[in-house]
Amino acid sequence: MNQRGKWLAAPAFIWLLCFFLAPLFFIVFYSFFERGVYGEIVYRFTLSNYIRMADSIYVKILLDTLAISVITTVVTLLIAYPLAYYISGLPKRKQRIWLLLIMVPFWINFLIRSFAWIIILRSKGIVNSLLLEWGWIEKPLALLYNDGAVLLGMVYALLPFMVLPLYVSLEKLDRRKLEAAYDLGATPWKAFLYVTLPLMKHGIMNGSMLVFVSSLGMFVVPDILGGAKSVLLGNLIQNQFLSARDWPFGSSVSIILMVFSFILIVLYQKAVAAGQHWEGERQ
Amino acid sequence: MKTRNQTWLSLFSYVVLLFLYLPLIVLVVYSFNRSRINAVWTGWTFDWYISLFQNRQVVEAFFNSLTIAFGTAVFATIFGTLGAYAFYRYKYRQKAVLSGLIYLPIVLPDILMGLSLLLLFSFFSVPLGKLTILIAHITFSIPFVFLLVSTRLQEMNVDLEEAAQDLGATPWQTFRYITLPILGPSIISSFLLTFSLSLDDFIISFFVAGPGATTLPIYIYGMVKRGVTPEVNALAALLMMITLITVALAERIRKIGDRKQKM
Repeated sequence: MNQRGKWLAAPAFIWLLCFFLAPLFFIVFYSFFERGVYGEIVYRFTLSNYIRMADSIYVKILLDTLAISVITTVVTLLIAYPLAYYISGLPKRKQRIWLLLIMVPFWINFLIRSFAWIIILRSKGIVNSLLLEWGWIEKPLALLYNDGAVLLGMVYALLPFMVLPLYVSLEKLDRRKLEAAYDLGATPWKAFLYVTLPLMKHGIMNGSMLVFVSSLGMFVVPDILGGAKSVLLGNLIQNQFLSARDWPFGSSVSIILMVFSFILIVLYQKAVAAGQHWEGERQ
Repeated sequence: MKTRNQTWLSLFSYVVLLFLYLPLIVLVVYSFNRSRINAVWTGWTFDWYISLFQNRQVVEAFFNSLTIAFGTAVFATIFGTLGAYAFYRYKYRQKAVLSGLIYLPIVLPDILMGLSLLLLFSFFSVPLGKLTILIAHITFSIPFVFLLVSTRLQEMNVDLEEAAQDLGATPWQTFRYITLPILGPSIISSFLLTFSLSLDDFIISFFVAGPGATTLPIYIYGMVKRGVTPEVNALAALLMMITLITVALAERIRKIGDRKQKM
């Protein structure tokens, strides 16, 4: 067969090579350079950017980010699971409508979706106005600019990422296996633990990875809804690049984020491959 | 017992749906609220929208966003479609590596793509502006088009292409009269989806936009940081509506394509 058509793929791949892959290496290079007095880059090799990260302020930011990412993942999982379960039990037509409704917010950016919460939660916002009017409170509550608001915003922003993969694996789930478990006298909890959960492993991992990796790099939600103390890895990077103008340090922080994301993606793919292998052998 | 569980489950699901939509509905409804300072409803008004269109900076940002979105949609759709087609048609030695290059931009946090492009542009002294935003948007849009079109190609009936070739059609004729009409709807919907992805993007644009080139989301960010005013509300609601209408249109066209294929 004529192979010249192969080159039709060249523009897309060359583009991604130049503007996606190559720039990632630039982060690596910049993380080993020095910052000059005026924020310029001094092209001299140094490890100081990485050593600086051992400082307790930055270690705390990293730990805070990991903590809020774990909490976000768990909370979205707890909300998304019953929802996905409900959707997968509906008639096909209704399933499609529900999925569409879950998908729609995905197309609106985090900035606007976080801003919408400001209207609801700020001191002159809807919640406070109503509570004041009903006489339940005397002073407006501080609902915004704290860690609770950040968590709410993150869960709100990332929930669709969890629902869809869970739905996909619930859809494939053979409900007859569950019935068999019940027939054999399993309690609902045991049936869930020993039948549903192992079959759902793939979907749960898929969704958790999407949510976790997205929360690690999140900066819009904490920036808009968080207080001065809510600094996550994403905000640290944003500050170093756009206000502090310390690009080498910002790059080294980004490397940490990149390494974490890559490890998760690779682990996930390994797990998927292992799962497929295992299932293949069983059949 | 079982039915009661069912009731709780459906109630819970509707509450979650409300949680997803309430903020968006509130955003739109309150963009029409006459009151300037607080959440008390004082009557309908279009004033905030009118004052947006009288604001030169807003109009300029809006125009920038539309231009960039259009350029992004054109280039990303062409590159992505060609790539997906070639990838489907021909054998490549490093197929796994190449498809990794397509998937990675989707999973990697946006902030990394934004700042890495900032480093690239500054290293080669490319001035930040509309062009750099355009380049960045094309980059994150190509994988989207690639995936959409590949999915379609995999569903496509291979026999049709083979039949055309057996009947003596040249590869170009096969592409022009068989493949392209089948792919048509997904190409148009890719165009619309990348248009709205670009229009809506904030994170990546934030890093690669110079002081001279403000897009709508960047302008909104600046307004939000300065304080909540009804104008931000109206602008955010406006951007949201445009995005949703474009996406809905794309979805419709894709559906029509599906139906055609089945007939």
